[in-house]
Amino acid sequence: MEKLMLLGDEALAQGALDAGISGFYAYPGTPSTEIVEYVQHSKEAAAAGIHRTWSSNEKTALESAIGMSYAGKRAMATMKHVGLNVAADPFMNSAFTGANGGLIITVADDPSMHSSQNEQDSRFYGKFAMIPILEPSSQQECYDMAFYGFELSEKYQIPVMLRLTTRLSHSRSAVLRRNPLAQNQLHKPTDQFQFMLLPAVARKKYKNLIAMQDKYITEAQNSPFNKFNFDAPDKSLGIIACGLAYNYLMENFQEKPLPHPVIKISQYPLPTAEIHKLYEMCDALLVLEEGMPVVEDSIKGFAFMGIKPIKGRLDGTLSRDGELNPNKVAQALGLSDTYGKDVPSIVAGRPPMLCVGCPHSDSYNALNEALSEYGRGHVFSDIGCYTLGFLPPYNAIDSCVDMGASITMAKGAADAGHYPAVAVIGDSTFAHSGLTGLLDCVFDKSNVVIVILDNATTGMTGGQDYTAAGKLEDICKGLGVAEDHIRVFVPFKKNHEEMVQVFREELAYEGVSVIIPRRECLQILKRKNRME
Amino acid sequence: MKKDIILAGVGGQGILTIATIIGYAAIKRGWNLKQAEVHGMSQRGGDVQSHLRLSDKPVQSDLIPLGQADMILSVEPMEALRYLPYLASDGWIISNKTPFKNIAVYPDIEAIYHEIEGVDNHVLIDADTIAKDVKASRAMNIVMLGAAISHLGFEEAEIAEAIRAIFASKGEAIVEANIRALQAGIAV
Repeated sequence: MEKLMLLGDEALAQGALDAGISGFYAYPGTPSTEIVEYVQHSKEAAAAGIHRTWSSNEKTALESAIGMSYAGKRAMATMKHVGLNVAADPFMNSAFTGANGGLIITVADDPSMHSSQNEQDSRFYGKFAMIPILEPSSQQECYDMAFYGFELSEKYQIPVMLRLTTRLSHSRSAVLRRNPLAQNQLHKPTDQFQFMLLPAVARKKYKNLIAMQDKYITEAQNSPFNKFNFDAPDKSLGIIACGLAYNYLMENFQEKPLPHPVIKISQYPLPTAEIHKLYEMCDALLVLEEGMPVVEDSIKGFAFMGIKPIKGRLDGTLSRDGELNPNKVAQALGLSDTYGKDVPSIVAGRPPMLCVGCPHSDSYNALNEALSEYGRGHVFSDIGCYTLGFLPPYNAIDSCVDMGASITMAKGAADAGHYPAVAVIGDSTFAHSGLTGLLDCVFDKSNVVIVILDNATTGMTGGQDYTAAGKLEDICKGLGVAEDHIRVFVPFKKNHEEMVQVFREELAYEGVSVIIPRRECLQILKRKNRME
Repeated sequence: MKKDIILAGVGGQGILTIATIIGYAAIKRGWNLKQAEVHGMSQRGGDVQSHLRLSDKPVQSDLIPLGQADMILSVEPMEALRYLPYLASDGWIISNKTPFKNIAVYPDIEAIYHEIEGVDNHVLIDADTIAKDVKASRAMNIVMLGAAISHLGFEEAEIAEAIRAIFASKGEAIVEANIRALQAGIAV
């Protein structure tokens, strides 16, 4: 079969396509976005009619994927790590319903927070839900695990989590394709109780999930993606390396053999017997894992403390936070390390910033002027390019917590008597998680000004379309915002005075106002012009 | 045989195109490759880098270890210096001279050049002007690639073949402009 040069994200997408998937469901989020973008550009996916349009958010995406699984087809929901917080409700409950058609939930974590507001480790969620987790260490494994994951999911009728991290999602290597499989036929669940989580049913489901754990452990013991090498001579240390960390370990042993016994983990739950064996055989253990100390914490427990050392992120052998790399692993092993020269002190930081001419910059300049008499501390914002408005020269916003929180935090502050309370949210973020918060504001007649920055795209992730495009005024009206307090203008420098005036008028209005500055994202405009 | 290359620049300057071209030539040789890219927030005018690893043996880590890069190839002079901790003691630094000034206070450019010249193996060229001189003003990145290939052990013919394949869909005029840029880069 042919070899392709693919990002980890793309390898997974191609693997799922070749494994007979019928639908991908997702909201864009770095580093997961390229999975569905790849499918959207695939001629094969278009020809086969694979579902590949964006969902409003991760919750609606995962629920749709569960529905497709119900109908007997193979489905995948993809998201970034914090997206799983949004989808946590269907995620946890899908472990109880299980799957009919194969169901893979792909979550891309972002250790070191390259493009995220935290570095939570999705393996905790997988463990919490008590479902099998796959953690690829290479682009080829991303591809192969799509086949394997769907088989595992259908074998045990259980959703499978596939955990990526930024470094693999966004790194390219050669991937060997296999013969593609046909899609599943439609077939209803044979058990009418399967997707019915009434308490009496759910109690049985939970017992069943508990009973299945030993089988999942056996699968991990026999997994083609886990490796067990107990033969190495130097038993002073045993190493457990998870996912990408295994590569960083082997990077340090290219010229010489690795002297210590090692377990490579790419499938969970942890193969307990093998880990016990390693513990018994060695004087100490070192756990190398990308993200949080999930494995280290699991195997350490209180009982092991003080008997034999278990080293990792918890005892300071490795840094507690941040992405791993070959050098950190070399240091943890006490090997000689390499380092070039320090960065000269004259090198200045070059943080990301709004593009020159970005519509958001004109909106912020006008908002700043309208709010100048009140000082800082009145603008709750959200997740997107416009979050960069916190930085100079704008200094325009005061919060960024989670998708949609701008509106509801402004509401809570207004409820407390804080005035003015302004929310600044992007159009796509509004579609993702803003509607229900706006409904709360209308219900309570909260004194808020909600600014929906409409650049007609999901900008930060590279310009994807979204579900509420072209419908913002209708949505606000439908949710009950008074029509004369839905104000639209075009954010250009030449319209500055008009914009300031609109902001002032709505700040003076006691109630819910929505202001929509509307001008297309420059990146999208450039892309369109190039194509013409 | 292995070549570990840090490609550096500012979001939008075309470093991934350089990586794709070198990667194509390496694959033609039957080598293995891993190429870590930066996507997401940093692309909005921030500093970006790509770790390009080529080897005739399997490549383990997607990241180049600190102190082991064979080359820093940068399309912007200050960005070349940001990755010095990665450069091996006998590694090359190959950089464009034209600064990309999108920050409030850009350091003194002569001081930047001085730091680059402090690295034993360095090439510092005005790739923007060279590209303009051969009527390929948008191919500054390919001029930089041209300046680098002899230090990476690639032949002009291999890289030219990769450029023809990768730019084929954009038309003959663009292919030829990039070939001129490559040759101009090699000639410096």
